[in-house]
Amino acid sequence: MERIVIAARQLEVSYGGTQALRGVSLDIPARQVTALIGPSGCGKSTFLRSINRMNDLTEGVRVRGSLTFHSREIYGPDWDVTDLRRRVGMVFQRPNPFPMSVYDNVAYGPRIHGVRGRGRLEGIVEASLRAAGLWEEVRDRLKKSALDLSGGQQQRLCIARALAVEPEVLLMDEVTSALDPVSTARVEELICDLRERCTIVLVTHSLPQARRAADRTAFFLSGELVEQGETARLFTLPRDPRTRDYVAGRFG
Amino acid sequence: MTRRWAERVMGLLFLLCGLTAVALLALIAAYLFLSGLPAIRELGLGPFLLGRTWDPDTLQFGILPLLLASLWATAGAVVLGVPAGFFTALFLAKAAPPRLAGLVRGAVDLLAGMPSVVVGLVGMTVLVPLLRERLSLPAGDTLLAAILMLAVMLLPPVIAVSQDALAAVPAAYEEASLALGATPEETWLRVTAPAARSGLAAAAALGVGRALGEATAVLMVAGNVANMPSLLSSVRLLTTGIAIEMNYAAPGSLHRQALFSIALVLFVLVVLVNILLTLALRRGRGAR
Repeated sequence: MERIVIAARQLEVSYGGTQALRGVSLDIPARQVTALIGPSGCGKSTFLRSINRMNDLTEGVRVRGSLTFHSREIYGPDWDVTDLRRRVGMVFQRPNPFPMSVYDNVAYGPRIHGVRGRGRLEGIVEASLRAAGLWEEVRDRLKKSALDLSGGQQQRLCIARALAVEPEVLLMDEVTSALDPVSTARVEELICDLRERCTIVLVTHSLPQARRAADRTAFFLSGELVEQGETARLFTLPRDPRTRDYVAGRFG
Repeated sequence: MTRRWAERVMGLLFLLCGLTAVALLALIAAYLFLSGLPAIRELGLGPFLLGRTWDPDTLQFGILPLLLASLWATAGAVVLGVPAGFFTALFLAKAAPPRLAGLVRGAVDLLAGMPSVVVGLVGMTVLVPLLRERLSLPAGDTLLAAILMLAVMLLPPVIAVSQDALAAVPAAYEEASLALGATPEETWLRVTAPAARSGLAAAAALGVGRALGEATAVLMVAGNVANMPSLLSSVRLLTTGIAIEMNYAAPGSLHRQALFSIALVLFVLVVLVNILLTLALRRGRGAR
């Protein structure tokens, strides 16, 4: 069995009075792509945002049960949240590059974590942009505004920005849903390549995307984890009738 | 049919309102140039702007002391007041617990609505004696007093505009920064504030305009002697010069014309500030 990076046991998350996750237990193995699928409001994004504690920003959030990163409780006192978020990066649904130059976007993370010196920063920026498959397109416009890039380029820039702090885990929250088909295909290829560098948790609405990009898939419904397993098995031989209906496109 | 007519009429009405504002500005500008130019023509632009003596009794109308006093007072007030206002806005928009923010906002609004003569009164009875005693000066009415007074008076507009600018920054930028492991404070200073920079620059420009144009409150604390300015001596500003002397300058006299020329200089300065700001913003937008 592969090494487990993130482990949830009986995880419960609620906002105000609304229960968003009910007793979810899930293991995320290292250096694999794990896709979280399910209809809107099923809790998959809540699960994702629990891992890097972006849930903390939502008012009235309550977390119970156990959620660990390298066996240390994410919601316990052992994790400094800034340290956690450096090691667990996130890419969002809508591309959200900062209104700065391409270079400054990628250098932002290393800079706040204390990396100094032009040479080192330039090295990190180039390596991150290469890893995100964007270097050839932007090498001549590093000083230009990131907002002048196309949507697909912006999203790959956001991936490069996340990679620049060398996270062990990359959380991706429907990262292709605002992109055109060509850009989507490029980002999906990228996700497959990135598994060499880090563990990826991918929330997606697109079943084909989960089939193409994910090693393992977990199906959420109404805050519960219905079924999980290797992607090929889950799509071809689902054990739960609800999973069967969902992957057959009968609802959601 | 009637609706289209109504829309057309309303459109015209709005156009008219807009044009009125433009026309009024044009009128003021024309009036200032017409009434401000004769004295400059008579005295010569160089002697008028760079003359070191302002003495209506001997018909010496050099505004350099007033001009410099205005520029120093404005610069000092902006250096003190704009950063203070900006950080207050940051606190209100991002960091403050809601109840405290409400309290501070109320206080700022109150300060904004305070007539400048009242602020001046406080300055005259509290600030001026305090400066005199603390710095053991012969008199507390100084450039320093004017600077402090103006710094306080430019706070409310600077706070209001900066706060709007900061609040308008998309949450997605801040999320991205936090998700990279930045603290909230790092996020505000390194992402939110730069993203709001055009609004913050507008706030600063508003502060400059406010400081440059304020007359009443400074009149009451500056001492109003047309010295070449120094921090701890009494000064007369462009605005206070006009305010004090307009009453006794005989209509049609060179003195009165020279006061209008001062008004023209003030007008040109304010327009200049706005042009510089617009250029700076355009450049900032280009580079982003």
